[in-house]
Amino acid sequence: MTKPTSPPTATVRKLWRFHGGLHLPDHKSLSCEQPIQPAILPKRLVLPLQQHIGAAAKPIVAVGERVLKGQMIGQPDGFVSAALHAPTSGTVVAIEERAVAHPSGLTAPCIVLESDGEDRWVELQPHGNWTALDPSELRNLIREAGIVGLGGAGFPSFIKLNPGARTEVDTLILNAAECEPYITCDDRLMRERADEVIAGARIMRHALHARRVVIGIEDNKPQAHAALGAALARIDRSDIELVQVPTLYPTGGEKQLIKVLTGREVPSQGLPIDINIVCHNVATAAAVHRAVERGEPLLSRIVTVTGRGVATPRNLEVLIGTPIDDLLRQCGGTTPTLARLVLGGPLMGITLPHGGLPITKTGNCILALAPGEFGQHGPVRNCIRCGECARACPANLLPQQLYWHARAKDFDHAQDYNLFDCIECGCCAYVCPANLPLVQYYRYAKTEIWAQARDKKKAELARERHDFRTERQEREKAERAAKLAKKKAALEESPAADSEEAKKAAIKAAMERAKAKREAAGIEPQNTENLTADQQRQIEEAEARRATEKKNESANERE
Amino acid sequence: MTNPVISSPHVHGPANVSNVMLRVAYALLPAIAGSLWLFGWGVLVNLLVASAVALASEATVLALRGRPVLITLRDGSALVTALLLAIALPPLAPWWLVAVGSFFAIVFAKQLYGGLGFNPFNPAMAGYVLLLVSFPQEMTSWAAPAGLRSADLGLVQVLLHSLTGALPADIQMDALTSATVLDTLKVQLGMAHTVNEVRGGPIFGLFGGKGWEVVNGLVLLGGLWLLWRRIITWHVPVAVLGSLGVIATLFHLINPELYAGPLFHLASGGAMLGAFFIATDPVSGATSARGQLVFGIGMGLLIFVIRTWGGFPDGVAFAVLLMNMAAPTIDYYTRPRVYGHTRG
Repeated sequence: MTKPTSPPTATVRKLWRFHGGLHLPDHKSLSCEQPIQPAILPKRLVLPLQQHIGAAAKPIVAVGERVLKGQMIGQPDGFVSAALHAPTSGTVVAIEERAVAHPSGLTAPCIVLESDGEDRWVELQPHGNWTALDPSELRNLIREAGIVGLGGAGFPSFIKLNPGARTEVDTLILNAAECEPYITCDDRLMRERADEVIAGARIMRHALHARRVVIGIEDNKPQAHAALGAALARIDRSDIELVQVPTLYPTGGEKQLIKVLTGREVPSQGLPIDINIVCHNVATAAAVHRAVERGEPLLSRIVTVTGRGVATPRNLEVLIGTPIDDLLRQCGGTTPTLARLVLGGPLMGITLPHGGLPITKTGNCILALAPGEFGQHGPVRNCIRCGECARACPANLLPQQLYWHARAKDFDHAQDYNLFDCIECGCCAYVCPANLPLVQYYRYAKTEIWAQARDKKKAELARERHDFRTERQEREKAERAAKLAKKKAALEESPAADSEEAKKAAIKAAMERAKAKREAAGIEPQNTENLTADQQRQIEEAEARRATEKKNESANERE
Repeated sequence: MTNPVISSPHVHGPANVSNVMLRVAYALLPAIAGSLWLFGWGVLVNLLVASAVALASEATVLALRGRPVLITLRDGSALVTALLLAIALPPLAPWWLVAVGSFFAIVFAKQLYGGLGFNPFNPAMAGYVLLLVSFPQEMTSWAAPAGLRSADLGLVQVLLHSLTGALPADIQMDALTSATVLDTLKVQLGMAHTVNEVRGGPIFGLFGGKGWEVVNGLVLLGGLWLLWRRIITWHVPVAVLGSLGVIATLFHLINPELYAGPLFHLASGGAMLGAFFIATDPVSGATSARGQLVFGIGMGLLIFVIRTWGGFPDGVAFAVLLMNMAAPTIDYYTRPRVYGHTRG
């Protein structure tokens, strides 16, 4: 590892700005002042096998099996996949399709666990001396612990801790921005467990061989900033840079945070590793610390339960798979005015039809919105081409043009205007005076383009298969024709082609060939061949009897 | 209990088309008040006729198109169009002039394109230009400002004049009207007088025309208020007034006797109204900031060109319409660089 060269945290540091962004009322005070409370152990946990980007985990337990807390119950399936562990001890009661929190409303395969209330741990294997471990061993530990990005994306973290053979990771960025209003789980985590975050950061840096570490935190979290600074001072490390960035939505977006902290932009359709940067959420770092130094797999996360639709908003430490209703109940229950239940933040969260769904590894906030929290929602009007959307867009797109083309179903032009660079942050829709559902238009356009691409691929495949089949049939026809022509030529050439003997000889030769083929194929010869003398005599007698019977019959008929 | 399922985002900011339009209307109030004081009740009659016809024609077309009438009318855009048109028209214009202009602006220049947001041309200016080209005489008989009038008309008299064209027995039209400064300048320059000679005339005030410069100053005030409230951005007004000022200065320096100076141009005619209220119309203008600068510069230059060498005394309306035509092209060539893409 190279010697750290970044200055200590107190010096003034250069920051860049990304285009647009919004100053939003942050509503953080609703939930950020109370300490994290452990959630009540639920009776039943529903664990989706896919709580991450990539292939769903494969269940490795059977119904009726008793499991311990921290025991692996789902194995990663392939490279881009994550493991699943039992968040508490109990019995597996089902492995079946269950309703999960997804915009589609579809069900997904889940392992249903009934807790026995004892919360008994499996034997853990801590690695206190992780500096001695090879980065690939570290990554394996993290993979086995089922850690995925806890900021919301859920990408298997071990993959993002692999720089690859030909890449030098220059900067590891820890995303402590938490830019969406209402959400305070990372804030409380940093205030209460800053040491774990820093420890995790050091482990990640070791795995990546990163040249430097930068923690980016928005300036609306002064206590968290102080806590992290104190944690850094305690371990006397000045090579991890703690940087306060201006509070602006969506600074917590990976691409935007990278621009603010380093001035560099992630190339379109590319990844941060393309510019030698890796970005992880602070909660992921804390989880990495627990996995490596304590041997604890990812079993729980901090969830903010907030909004005016819930009686006492606060942060809870929740076991994965806990029903959301349980969390709402622990926070005093929902108020009768509850108008919308959202999983996530007010700008990018998904609505939940009801609270009976389970919390997953990526569920960072339960937002119970009451009327009055939605802002101005007038009638949808025509676009007045005011350009406010373009002024607010953090990707510097022209949302207006995307809107017009998506509305006209002109997907080629929509892609010309870089539709797929849209991060669906909602800034454009927030500022639109005409109340246009802009983000919905872009989602529609994106999914239509994907559907068209899928159809095109299927059509391509069908065409290839058709072409191959046509070609094959023609080839076979040609071969048959060639064979026939050859045979005809052979017959014409031989002199006694038409004579009886020639024909008989040909027939006999064909029968011999057939027999040989049958014997070669192991087919048993029929019982009318290779007869013994006795059998032959019986047959002749039977034939004679039949002949006389027939004669008598015809004689009787004549009479 | 089932909660509504709807995709994000779930919150919205305070901006709202009705509010925007209402603020634009507020910003016009000082100029309307000033106009009333200087030019008499004619301004009010024009406003009333224009507003009534605009709202009525919009309601009719919406009903014919099967669109929600009240909700659409409430966006306030028809009202703003009517106000802008009414301010731009001569205060003593007959009612039918105002009505035709208003009707054309709303129906042909806005609703037939699809309503708010779909019109490529500024509706108020399209209506104004129609009237200018079709009824040149009525459009050029401007009321004289307060200091230059020799007679005054009361509200009822103005109404009567507007509706019937009749004036009270003891007042002549000459006593009420006078040419605008731009008109005078053009005519006099055509008769080979110099700018200085013309500037000394009775209708000229400090910068531009007497009374006119006050109205323009009030328009400027209203425009600055809009800027402060972030209803408009600085790009278009600065570009229009800046380019007009620069080109006027340039020519004035080349030949002060043939070309009036920048302050004259900025304070006369529809320059201020055009810069802050007409060119800033989001629907027909350019969208990006750079595009707006290009739009404004083009408009400022065209205003000067039409005023100086064109056939009409004031070029604001034509300049706007010409730039409206160019707006899509301007937008195409001033696209911002998207995050993650390199230029080129």
